[in-house]
Amino acid sequence: MKLKDVLSPLRVWERAAKKPMTIKDPINDRPGATNYRGFHKNDFSKCIGCGTCEEICQNAAIDLVPVEGQETVEGDSGLRPMIDYGRCCWCALCVDVCPTGALTMSNDYTWIADNPEDYRFVPGADKTKWQESEKGYTRSPDIQIIDYDRVDMQELEPEERDKSFIEIVKGYNKEQAIKEAERCLECGLCIATCPAHMDIPGYIAAIRDDDIDNALRILYETNPMPEICGRICTHKCETACALHNNGDPLAIRWLKRYIVDQVPADKYSEILGTDHLEDEVLNRKVAIIGAGPAGLSAAYYLAIMGYKTKVYEALPGPGGMARYGIPEYRLPYDQIDKDINYIRSLGVEIQFNTRVGTDITLEELHSSYDAVFAGTGLHLGRSTRVPGADNKRVYFATDLLREVTLGNEIDVAKNIVVIGGGNVAMDITRTLARLQNQKYGKVQILTTCLETEDIMPADVEEIVEAREEKAVIDPGWGPKEIEIRDGKVYGLHVVKCLSVFDENGRFSPKFDEDQKKFFKADMVVESIGQGMDLSYLSEGIKSDLKFSPRGRIEVDDSFQSSLQWLFVGGDIIQGPDVIHGIANGYIAAKGIDTYLNAE
Amino acid sequence: MSNLSKSKYRGFEADRSKYPVEEEGKPVIDLESHKFTKIWQGPQHPGVTGNMAVELIINGDEIVDAKAHMGYLHRSFEKLMERRRYIQCFPIVCRICVPEPDTNEYCVSAAMEDLAGITVPEKAMWLRTLNLEMSRVGSFLMWIGGQAGSLGMGAISQWTVGMRDYWLDLFEEMTGGRVYHMYMIPGGVRKNLPDGFKDRARRLIVKTRRLMQDIDNTFLSNAIIKSRLQGLGVISPEMVDEYGIVGPNARASGREYDIRMNNPYVCYDNLDIKMITATEGDAYARAQVRYRELNQSLDLVAQILDRIPEEGAIQAEMPNLLHWKIPQGQTYVKAESTRGEHGFYMVSDGSEKPRRVFARGASYTHAISVLEKLAVNVSVSDLAGLMVSLHTCPPEIER
Ligand SMILES: Cc1cc2nc3c(=O)[nH]c(=O)nc-3n(C[C@H](O)[C@H](O)[C@H](O)COP(=O)(O)OP(=O)(O)OC[C@H]3O[C@@H](n4cnc5c(N)ncnc54)[C@H](O)[C@@H]3O)c2cc1C
Ligand code: SF4
Ligand code: SF4
Repeated sequence: MKLKDVLSPLRVWERAAKKPMTIKDPINDRPGATNYRGFHKNDFSKCIGCGTCEEICQNAAIDLVPVEGQETVEGDSGLRPMIDYGRCCWCALCVDVCPTGALTMSNDYTWIADNPEDYRFVPGADKTKWQESEKGYTRSPDIQIIDYDRVDMQELEPEERDKSFIEIVKGYNKEQAIKEAERCLECGLCIATCPAHMDIPGYIAAIRDDDIDNALRILYETNPMPEICGRICTHKCETACALHNNGDPLAIRWLKRYIVDQVPADKYSEILGTDHLEDEVLNRKVAIIGAGPAGLSAAYYLAIMGYKTKVYEALPGPGGMARYGIPEYRLPYDQIDKDINYIRSLGVEIQFNTRVGTDITLEELHSSYDAVFAGTGLHLGRSTRVPGADNKRVYFATDLLREVTLGNEIDVAKNIVVIGGGNVAMDITRTLARLQNQKYGKVQILTTCLETEDIMPADVEEIVEAREEKAVIDPGWGPKEIEIRDGKVYGLHVVKCLSVFDENGRFSPKFDEDQKKFFKADMVVESIGQGMDLSYLSEGIKSDLKFSPRGRIEVDDSFQSSLQWLFVGGDIIQGPDVIHGIANGYIAAKGIDTYLNAE
Repeated sequence: MSNLSKSKYRGFEADRSKYPVEEEGKPVIDLESHKFTKIWQGPQHPGVTGNMAVELIINGDEIVDAKAHMGYLHRSFEKLMERRRYIQCFPIVCRICVPEPDTNEYCVSAAMEDLAGITVPEKAMWLRTLNLEMSRVGSFLMWIGGQAGSLGMGAISQWTVGMRDYWLDLFEEMTGGRVYHMYMIPGGVRKNLPDGFKDRARRLIVKTRRLMQDIDNTFLSNAIIKSRLQGLGVISPEMVDEYGIVGPNARASGREYDIRMNNPYVCYDNLDIKMITATEGDAYARAQVRYRELNQSLDLVAQILDRIPEEGAIQAEMPNLLHWKIPQGQTYVKAESTRGEHGFYMVSDGSEKPRRVFARGASYTHAISVLEKLAVNVSVSDLAGLMVSLHTCPPEIER
């Protein structure tokens, strides 16, 4: 034993006089670090009840529960996370994953409650002493638990597409589709928003698992026109997508298209199990007016249930506005045919070139069928009724688009003005630009509308792509007069539009007559909306039908009109878009089934 | 066993001829003979290590036979992970070692990254290195407290555990948690350093070095401590291989093996770091090695603080981790914990959840077979000191 080792410990004697490390009131004297993972807070103004926090919690500490004052609206389930501090391990993975940034933590260390039940609480709803605290753990912007960046879609370049009607969007390949499908949070907010309530997370999961057969089966549960919807659906689901709160929404529409693009037409009946459908045909017949999305959807689900269905269609081809409105570069005809041929293969008969009301009456249909479904769409153009609008070189957009589909040549002018700011206006603009390009080798088309660009109803992509194709878009003007010289269209006079809607949101445009412009043109196209043609309803039937104040046929939840045998759906009731038509057709088919079985 | 060490131990004779005969390597003990007593040390934190028990047969004060018992802490972490997505594993593994959770966090993420072929960005690597070395500091401080406490020097435990709390303050700032940091996630780390962190860390290094001087004076240069630890629990160089001994336990017996240098991971190959060894192989040599390694870790933390890049990503580009699938494969990744080689074996079957995760901590051998061997011939009063000198961590045995 060395003496040094005996004396050495005594060298720390001054420690006896040192201030202790401990502090008297640690909670107040030393608050938690700015970044401390304390107790949960939830900002209800951001939370959308997506349940991703519940999904990620490996302790199953979170349950989404209804909370007073929180309503279910589009993109918000109305539910809110309840956290069980008997299970939580304060990992804050829920905070990191929360796509809206609503969920955070305070930097508090302690919480004393005398009732153990208090420790299961809904942050944001149940009063806590830390709800207003500003410090605490938040999601770092430098990391990603979920993927906010969409897989880019390949498209034709402007110079590759501006003279032809070849489809612009190329579609995902397998690798891209799986990568995009991996981004899904499976919150299901999209299901609630989709008019057809498609099982979107279900088919996306099937893509991830590379089980395309199953994905196809899921699609057809609620939507018999997936090739069409996979290309041109208005995809309201994507607006509701939880990822939209912090990044790009999932490309739901393109993923749907990916599924159907993988399956050859001749495999459908085998995969969907309809190869023996004819064995189960019932002795009941349903007539359908209009081979648009609504009519064909009703026909499909009726056929699946065993009904004999026959569709009466005024035009020579099926698809309604999907074929005769939407341009081919967005929706190729062969893809429409793929969807519809499959429906026809189930025994659905379509009689073309037959207008109900002229070629056959609705009464006749009523007497030879057990029920009738009408989905006749909006095919009448609407006019601005400005002076000069009655000239023969002033057209409705839908009439021209129909002519293009029918293959009839259009007398395309060198200099065209389009009036309208919606997607239909973009469709006709871009269609005519292509035709001008083919005919004259250059584009000279100008599109104007009341709305300023920020509130134009057309999709931003449509506006951008139209410009890429050399169309001029000059929004924010109200049409005043179409000047006619020597019986020919000379151009359009417009005045500045100051506002489109009044304070109650009603359409009531205000103009500044002093700010004027003149757009030179030798052809004008009006694209300001469409109206319905219900002339097939005879006076007798009309008097028995109930109409809404705005002239729509009144229907109940199953799209049954006040005439029990007559069901009505699609654009003339809801929408207007393809997916509403499909959804209406599906529900109406169920309604017809219920009605016929109750009889 | 070196003669030097044996002569220093003030316990019992190593001559076992007067003890029970052995059959198949185990002493045959007749408890009815009233020569022996069976007692249990534990399972409540014997030797300030964590819950385990040592079943002792003693003759007077002398331990004749020892059997280590586990099972008091089993929480089935490995199995839990098989039922969880990859991203949900990091909050689980930190519990595998309470005083030094970060090695587990590192290993589980590194295993996933290895299987998935992910390259972690440089800045994240530096932050991981910082986290791991800070973790070693905290663990060693706690260990000193345990070693001193097990020998009856409670005051030293107060000092080092108090100092560790200041390190936990740093962890709290950096990671949001004091004990379970949950900082490393697949692809990188969760947060950048808060403002002013580096300065506060540098000040704490100075403060800790001052304490280390006091520890040297009161603990390592203390006649009583020396008399208790020298010659206790001698690990011979031969035993190192035979028992698979690692970490400071092996280095104190002359084995130059430290994964930070032998198989550098994160940023260790960019740091000025030297192997620390001793030759005596006893509890005192182990204490010396740990003491020096603690000082070295302080030095490494300082080096790292100077080198963390200001700019750069802290996480690799990752897919949606909710559906992250890792291609089929298997891997073993390892890191140097304060107790030695810490490894994770992971098998992926291509799905969203690991097929098998196996966590192997150094305590597996140290706290069972090595302890059972070294406890024999030791005084009951030295057993706690012996256990701490092996730096046993029972939760790491029971994953
Ligand atoms: C230019 C344009 C672009 C569009 N782009 C999109 C888009 O991108 N995405 C989207 O979701 N929606 C789009 N729409 C809207 C969409 O096409 C319609 O909402 C959808 O087709 C409505 O389906 P429906 O079955 O109700 O009616 P329609 O599709 O209009 O089908 C009605 C069918 O009934 C037939 N018919 C009408 N009267 C009679 C009668 N008396 N006898 C027999 N047959 C009759 C018609 O010929 C027609 O085939 C677009 C519409 C237009 C005009
Ligand atoms: S993840 Fe966020 S937005 Fe979604 S329910 Fe939880 S707290 Fe609300
Ligand atoms: S902090 Fe972790 S354990 Fe607690 S609720 Fe959130 S995810 Fe679950």
